[in-house]
Amino acid sequence: MADNNLLLDVRDLKIGATIQVPGEKPYDIEIVHGVSFTLEKGKVLGLIGESGAGKSTIGLSSMAYGRGSVEITGGEVWLDGEQILGHSHDQIRKVRGRKVAYVSQSAAASFNPAHRLGDQVIEAAMEHGLSSRSEAKAFADHLFAKLGLPDPDNFGRRYPHQVSGGQLQRAMTAMALCSKPDLIVFDEPTTALDVTTQIDVLAAIKDAIHDTGTAALYITHDLAVVAQISDDIMVLRNGEMVEYGSVDQIINNPQEDYTKSLVSVRSILKEEGGELDAEPVLNCRNITASYSNSIRVLHDVSMHLHKGQTLAIVGESGSGKSTMARVITGLLPQETGDIYFKGQQLPRELKQRSKEELRSLQMIYQMADTAMNPRQTIGQIIGRPIEFYFGVTGREKRKQVIELLKKIELDENFYDRYPAELSGGQKQRVCIARALAAKPDLIICDEVTSALDPLVADGILKLLLKLQKETGVAYLFITHDIATVRAISDSIAVMYMGKLVRFGPKSQVLEPPFDDYTDLLLSSVPEMELGWLENVLKHRKMESAGH
Amino acid sequence: MKFIKSLSFGAKIGLIGFLVFALSAVFAPIIAPYGETEIVGEGWEPVSAQFLFGTDQLGRDLLTRLIYGARNTFFIAGAATVISFCMGTFLGFFAAVMKGWIDQLLSRFNDMMMSFPTLIFALVVLSVLPANIITLILVMAVLDSTRVYRLSRAVAVDIEVMEFVEAARLRGEKQMWVIFREILPNALSPLFAEFGLRFAFAVLFLATLSFLGLGIQPPEADWGSMVKENKDGIVFGIPAALIPAAAIATLTICVNLVVDSILQRTTSLKGGRG
Repeated sequence: MADNNLLLDVRDLKIGATIQVPGEKPYDIEIVHGVSFTLEKGKVLGLIGESGAGKSTIGLSSMAYGRGSVEITGGEVWLDGEQILGHSHDQIRKVRGRKVAYVSQSAAASFNPAHRLGDQVIEAAMEHGLSSRSEAKAFADHLFAKLGLPDPDNFGRRYPHQVSGGQLQRAMTAMALCSKPDLIVFDEPTTALDVTTQIDVLAAIKDAIHDTGTAALYITHDLAVVAQISDDIMVLRNGEMVEYGSVDQIINNPQEDYTKSLVSVRSILKEEGGELDAEPVLNCRNITASYSNSIRVLHDVSMHLHKGQTLAIVGESGSGKSTMARVITGLLPQETGDIYFKGQQLPRELKQRSKEELRSLQMIYQMADTAMNPRQTIGQIIGRPIEFYFGVTGREKRKQVIELLKKIELDENFYDRYPAELSGGQKQRVCIARALAAKPDLIICDEVTSALDPLVADGILKLLLKLQKETGVAYLFITHDIATVRAISDSIAVMYMGKLVRFGPKSQVLEPPFDDYTDLLLSSVPEMELGWLENVLKHRKMESAGH
Repeated sequence: MKFIKSLSFGAKIGLIGFLVFALSAVFAPIIAPYGETEIVGEGWEPVSAQFLFGTDQLGRDLLTRLIYGARNTFFIAGAATVISFCMGTFLGFFAAVMKGWIDQLLSRFNDMMMSFPTLIFALVVLSVLPANIITLILVMAVLDSTRVYRLSRAVAVDIEVMEFVEAARLRGEKQMWVIFREILPNALSPLFAEFGLRFAFAVLFLATLSFLGLGIQPPEADWGSMVKENKDGIVFGIPAALIPAAAIATLTICVNLVVDSILQRTTSLKGGRG
């Protein structure tokens, strides 16, 4: 190769997969249709796109690896002057873990729970005979310190279950860096983390790859995250490259329509409804709750919600926001405190509630896949509440189901289809229709958009707002995503460690003066601008110095 | 017709085999060349045009007895398996859905039943109770249902925690709806697989019981007792015992071919449970 600075050169990469439906002949499809890009030493390239865009597949191809039946069918991958696609099994094993390393999305599932972290981190370096055990261990400790892990000298002695998710993700980055590779593939390393943790991990990763001069492919669906860490960005869609340019150009001056829509996502904004004098639909007073192992998860939480409005409960995982939903639905009876629903006190347990109370309180889940019975057709799924609550059957039921399908912007053809044949966004729409079929006064939405791509999530939020306007239903919206909260809520409840930190109308909660936790939470949400990460960190350092 | 077309090649063969056995069981008096207990020749006569499969140790036509035997084997093993599945599946699902002390009570009782060796348990019960076909079927069904119970409870516990079941609960559905509409359709694949296997075991178990003299009483024919009656011939190189044994094997394979194919359909992408 002429250019010595060039580390990775992918030319016209084509990747295919074999689909096998039982009872049918297997057939081949192409997932990636001729993608080319280059990566210089020490640079970071962000791969961005929605699920199914082929970004992980392309990332793994730089290690000449295909998951499952995925196979690289054409093109060239030059790594440091070597064409690695033609390599034999043994040759490629020398490249993997030594020249290219991989950091996966779920660190919790990627570490072996039976071995100490330290042994797993240095395993690749030892396996390839790159350094002695003591050298590798010293380097690992050095990396732990650099990644900001607590007590770096002893961190390696812990087991995976003894450290938090964010620490585990950093340990995995250390594992990748330990054999001093030229290239690391990061596959959504912060997607599963809370925003307040994400910012630390991002900063740690950025520092570490910068200091070691390692090049990286950074795969994510979050443009705001990738803008903080990459030099260049490649936007992918359906296995094809949409746009490829510097971060500055993609963020500030996108050329393609698809990129523009990605950049401007979450432009919806709901006008805040005023505080009403009338009786609230839902009024929770001094709720405390605990699970059977007697660890208290909710401490004295009070909140209320008016008709036709949206209350967003925000918080990190473990803050008790989903527990709140379980208490309101009666799945987990509260220990003390009262819930008033439309002015009536709601019985604590699900069994004691009347059909009418159950009808007017519906729930939509995060994972639409598991929230629908895969053996029922869409018509049966949506039709059941109509039949159950209103006794409507036969042709009339079908008519009402089809009306609901039109409301959620799907057509009549979906009536006889099964959930498995629908896309993620369509599934979530069906779940919304099922909740609406009961004509409820309150719908609890538990992270309904978290599992969806930004553009699809946008569509769902718009639909929810439209339906609220039409039916006057109130939403209790549980989420960890501040952008969503900004977009759709009237009032906000911020929760932390089972306590209510802040509650009030949107305009009050999101305006200073902030309490410490809300400030941390709000400032941790990545924004789509260059240098945001540095600014926030600098700001925080100054603050902590000032204290 | 659409159902048959969707079956694989192997399953079609299985289905044809199954139908041949079933039809011969139903129309036994018409098809069979001789009477069931009629002695028509010498003991252990070789295969000839007169006796297609030869004769048994008393000189009864083997083909005739095979056809009549299909009746007993089919009916008793089939009925026992179906009953054991209805019982085991329902109780297993019920335990998984109710949880708590009901689950404990049913499961521990089931453990207790399973801790007795099946054969000995059956021998004791059958020798105490009046010997007729209904007792035989029920005893076989109850003993078999302990295995089905364990499987179906394990499957249902997994499904029961899924969100669509929770959604049904929040809707206010009754337990029976949860069991039959939400859990059962999603548990069919493992249950079908088990059904094929358990049917085969039932045929063998019936054969064992007959062999020990507690199943079908002579002179009535069933495949298991035919093996027993003719086993001594093997020493002299007479294949009479192998023919009913082959029939048992063929029936088992046919049933499993069909079940496998149904299994593949229910686990396919269309409505598969991921």
